[in-house]
Amino acid sequence: MDWGALHTILGGVNKHSTSIGKIWLTVLFIFRIMILVVAAERVWGDEQDDFVCNTLQPGCRNVCYDHFFPISHIRLWALQLIFVSTPALLVAMHVAYRRHEKKRQFRKGDQKCEYKDIEEIRKQRFRIEGSLWWTYTSSIFFRLIFEAVFMYAFYFMYDGFRMPRLMKCNAWPCPNTVDCFVSRPTEKTVFTIFMIAVSSICILLNVAELCYLLTKFFLRRSKKAGNSKQQPNHENKEETKQNEMNELISDSCQNTVIGFSS
Amino acid sequence: MSWAFLRDLLSGVNKYSTGIGRIWVAVVFMFRLLVYVAAAENIWKHEHDEFECNIKQPGCENVCFDHFFPVSHIRLWALQLIMVSTPSLLVVFHVAYRENREKHHNQKLYRNPGKIDGGLLCTYLISLILKTGLEIAFLVLFYKLYNGFRIPRLVKCDIKPCPNTVDCYISKPTEKMIFLYFLVATSCLCIVLNLSELSYLIFKYSIKCYLKRHMKKQQ
Repeated sequence: MDWGALHTILGGVNKHSTSIGKIWLTVLFIFRIMILVVAAERVWGDEQDDFVCNTLQPGCRNVCYDHFFPISHIRLWALQLIFVSTPALLVAMHVAYRRHEKKRQFRKGDQKCEYKDIEEIRKQRFRIEGSLWWTYTSSIFFRLIFEAVFMYAFYFMYDGFRMPRLMKCNAWPCPNTVDCFVSRPTEKTVFTIFMIAVSSICILLNVAELCYLLTKFFLRRSKKAGNSKQQPNHENKEETKQNEMNELISDSCQNTVIGFSS
Repeated sequence: MSWAFLRDLLSGVNKYSTGIGRIWVAVVFMFRLLVYVAAAENIWKHEHDEFECNIKQPGCENVCFDHFFPVSHIRLWALQLIMVSTPSLLVVFHVAYRENREKHHNQKLYRNPGKIDGGLLCTYLISLILKTGLEIAFLVLFYKLYNGFRIPRLVKCDIKPCPNTVDCYISKPTEKMIFLYFLVATSCLCIVLNLSELSYLIFKYSIKCYLKRHMKKQQ
């Protein structure tokens, strides 16, 4: 179990995302997860070993390190990435449930089912409308909240995004105020700023996607309202009936089911 | 052999689970396994090297570390993950047994070998009870072994060959405590999910049973 498995799970969601969603997923995997695994983990790898305090007093280094780094940057980023990826699972669950329902209809030999075989159902791409729209939009909303919360936690815990070279520590058992030196502060600052910048880009992408989905929703609604105001002739009645039936078929879900096979 | 094996195992179990069971699998993957591999493992990596005692006496540090950490948190966490995932195998074995029986008798004995009814329901309920029991057992073990879920910065040790009471300092205690609380929170979430799945299944099948009896009485 590692980031590769997460990639497999989220890759399945990619098919049903909007274009902005696909860009967000690419940014997430290339500029955040890959950078974290390939580069950032090495930079923070020797964190405590190379944290040096100007004292021979045993225990002082441990205590000072713990005081200044309650939770390491690298762990905070890993948690942020896990939490930010989790809402996409909601969409994966919903899609898997719809597929499951369509497969059941197909097996029953339902005439409403318009698929020729099970492979077609498996490969089908669902449009983001109806209840899937609500699931998708709430997943983006949760993503935004998690990103914002983690960025704020980061800023709050480390008093900004800079990594100082020197920290002064006087926690017990350090005899007096001792100077402690952080290893590779400049490199850590560079990577911190990079990760924060990419988080901000992801937040912007999520906001853009949310606006896009809301705009589409309201446009569709006004189109429907416009259509219903027109003179109801015979063809329109049949069309609206067919639309309603299609919506009923696609919205027939009560429980969500997770499927890890897409 | 690595965590990927457990992941594949659980993905197989997913097919025969209820909706809540699938949510449980997702929670175990994302919030327990992935957090363990991606974050927690590295915190405890050099715990022995970074454990420092205020003394030069050889052997004192080793003895004190062994006294305060009989089994490391991270190993208990790994054991917990493995033990808690294993009862789901009972369900997989039962389904395989059903499919084997059908093959052996060369006829369709079950409407759907993977459907949770009859004997498979009992197996599923037993696996849920075992999962919950093991979760609670590990939480109690953590609590008893480490006097609560706190990790102190300083521990005092006076075991031979340490000459007197010496101060020993644990590395990264705050970070370890944060992840320990995370572990406890996700365990509790999994216990709640297991209990709700248990009640859901018992409720569903007792209603089914009751309705069947009611129909028979009417006939």
